[in-house]
Amino acid sequence: MAFTEDQNQFREMVARFLQEKSQPTATRKLIETDTGYDPAVWQQMCGEVGLAGTHIPEAYGGFGFGPIELGIAAEEMGRYLYTGPFFASAVMAAYALRHLADGESKEELLPGIASGETIATLALDNLDSPERVGQQIGVSDNKLNGTAALVVDGGNATCLVVIASNESGLGLYALEPETEGVSIDAVDGLDPTRRLSRITFANASARQIGNVSTEGLATTWDYLCAALAHEMVGGAQHLLDSTIEYTKMRYQFGRPIGSFQGLKHRCADLLMEVEWAKAATHHAARCLAAGEGEDYLPSMVKAMASDTYMRAAKEAIQMRGGIGFTWEEDTQLWFKRAKSSEVFLGTPSYHRERMMTLIDNEEAAA
Amino acid sequence: MSESENMTDEAIIEAVNTWIDENWNPELSLQEWREILVDGGWATPHWPGQFYGRDFTLAQSSVVSRVFSERDVVPVAQGGPGRLAAETILAMGNDDQKSRYLRPILTGEASWCQLFSEPGSGSDLAGLSTKAELKDGRWIVNGQKVWNTSAHHADYGILVARTDFDLPKHQGISFFLIDMRQPGVEVRPLKQMNGHASFNEVFMTDAEVAVEDLVGGEGNGWQVAKTTLSYERRLGGVGRANPKAEKTPGRTHEEYREEVRIANEPYTWYPQRQGRVDLVLPRARETGAIKDPVARQEIAKLLSMTKGANLSLQAAEAQRKSGSNELVPAGSIGKLSASVIARQAAHVHTLISGADAMRSGPESAEDGMVAEVLISVPAISIAGGTDEIQRNIISERVLGMPTETRMDTGPFRDIKRND
Repeated sequence: MAFTEDQNQFREMVARFLQEKSQPTATRKLIETDTGYDPAVWQQMCGEVGLAGTHIPEAYGGFGFGPIELGIAAEEMGRYLYTGPFFASAVMAAYALRHLADGESKEELLPGIASGETIATLALDNLDSPERVGQQIGVSDNKLNGTAALVVDGGNATCLVVIASNESGLGLYALEPETEGVSIDAVDGLDPTRRLSRITFANASARQIGNVSTEGLATTWDYLCAALAHEMVGGAQHLLDSTIEYTKMRYQFGRPIGSFQGLKHRCADLLMEVEWAKAATHHAARCLAAGEGEDYLPSMVKAMASDTYMRAAKEAIQMRGGIGFTWEEDTQLWFKRAKSSEVFLGTPSYHRERMMTLIDNEEAAA
Repeated sequence: MSESENMTDEAIIEAVNTWIDENWNPELSLQEWREILVDGGWATPHWPGQFYGRDFTLAQSSVVSRVFSERDVVPVAQGGPGRLAAETILAMGNDDQKSRYLRPILTGEASWCQLFSEPGSGSDLAGLSTKAELKDGRWIVNGQKVWNTSAHHADYGILVARTDFDLPKHQGISFFLIDMRQPGVEVRPLKQMNGHASFNEVFMTDAEVAVEDLVGGEGNGWQVAKTTLSYERRLGGVGRANPKAEKTPGRTHEEYREEVRIANEPYTWYPQRQGRVDLVLPRARETGAIKDPVARQEIAKLLSMTKGANLSLQAAEAQRKSGSNELVPAGSIGKLSASVIARQAAHVHTLISGADAMRSGPESAEDGMVAEVLISVPAISIAGGTDEIQRNIISERVLGMPTETRMDTGPFRDIKRND
């Protein structure tokens, strides 16, 4: 149940790095730039610290850990609001390659992702549900046509991994962003810490690197959701911690506002919810790592972490009162990350419905 | 002592089995059997050798319980209030009190109740105003208690009463052992909104307590009561014994089953007040509500909450075992979780039943269990510390938020309270 000593040390190491490199002052500078990330920090994070290769097998240049360790890294990134292409490249593209690509392509692409030299992204034409992926991008004769309206870090990518419909179903494709027929346009994002692009393919040549089965895509989606849930519970924990601190030092009516039950009770409720979401998310990662447990867990924790993060974000603003709604206060940055995470890869309602469908299927099979 | 601490689980299992082989006879009366059990030191092995025990750790003691259960041998008397009284007397009483009261509790000969809450002091237990005065070498008690499980058949009660109204509220309280079978004590059943009467009200009018039945000294009652409350929290489901074999023949078993039936009577609706999450999916499938998109969302929320709460309790337990210093708020968070889950479960049961939720009784869903859920769930947010008290504990002791400004300092006499 508990994390191992090694895992705890790994968490401390990641936290130390991010505490130094991902302060809100730095984030505020980054969100004003075109790329939205700091290449020096990225290189250090992937090179010296080695985070992008955490879960990538050693055979492909990674460290060979699994969803638990990746979860630890993602959780700390959520806590410190890391801003950069980690989720797009190391999580989305790497998991798509791991689960859906052929061996040769993994050998070709994963080592670069693990080392950080490659910044890849997964261009999906739908971010709401795996069932709807592939309706907007088609391929024939290895030429891609169509649009992925929202691609995370599309503008920063040096390698595009795309899921598109072909004659036999869905396929996994790879191409360079400079390929003729590819146009990448920045999309205004509500959350400035998650960069978005629209990528249009007009007869763009791509090589097929794998077939995408319904099950394979669902599994990939599960791994993405589990990682994202970690990022979200880390963010929720930060909001809880910083809000508690604020209520202890902010005085009104001659007393710290944290002494009012109207706030204390909501903080207690929030702690409880954060504890549930964290415990469930850690459990989902352990189950993915061990290949056991209920198959609905990734959807369950995506929904729980989304709701908890949003609740924490709303409370963090509300308990700060006026200052909480200002641009100057850092809480707004986490609030926006909470909102973009809530809907990214499926809304909480979608994931609860997916969870129930999996429970139905289990019952039908029994 | 060190000898028992060194006993391995295997050695304990062997010793218990040998003792059972030599002593267990299911044709004895329950009383006869319990005498043997208590004298043998296997009734409460975690107690000191001087008082019926073997100085075992709680872990070693649970190994003993497991063997008794596996062998289907009748154990020590399980009644909840009696166990609380026994543990409190053992921890805080003097040797005279221990030798007079402990043994009959273990054998089941004497039954007990707890006289703590009052109509005027629920969450604020230390605000109690039942009065005990020393007159002519006896304590004379006047006042009213409430929510007293099993008081209607109790021989004795553990009682907190105020012996000094001029001291601050926590300091003027004393802890007594009171004989319930006396003219000054009147017990009336208290019927709840769900129709059960699991508790009583106890009225004390010039009731008497002998001076030797004051526990822990005058004015130390709050400290003694805190010991009781910590056992209550630790034992949790105490009093709800589960005899393994319902139909095992033998006089001891028969008498034990009757004892357990009486002890469990107040608790039959307790699973319902927790919401009966176990009934949700089967009922949703049976009624077809499983196809309703709104019900599906609410069911998924309920199952997620339940799983999250269980997993966070397990995580807290794992952290505690690993010796982490990080404060693990398992107790109060667990209790608050149970309330929130029970309310969501009642909500889901209502969605599933629709107009059928108007029914109750044997012809209604699950033999009346769903109806009982709907009218019992409010209790879980109140009993054993309200949700609001849990939130205070969590915010102050776990999150370190400042305490409320107190209005109840100074002499108890001057504190505003219910008349």
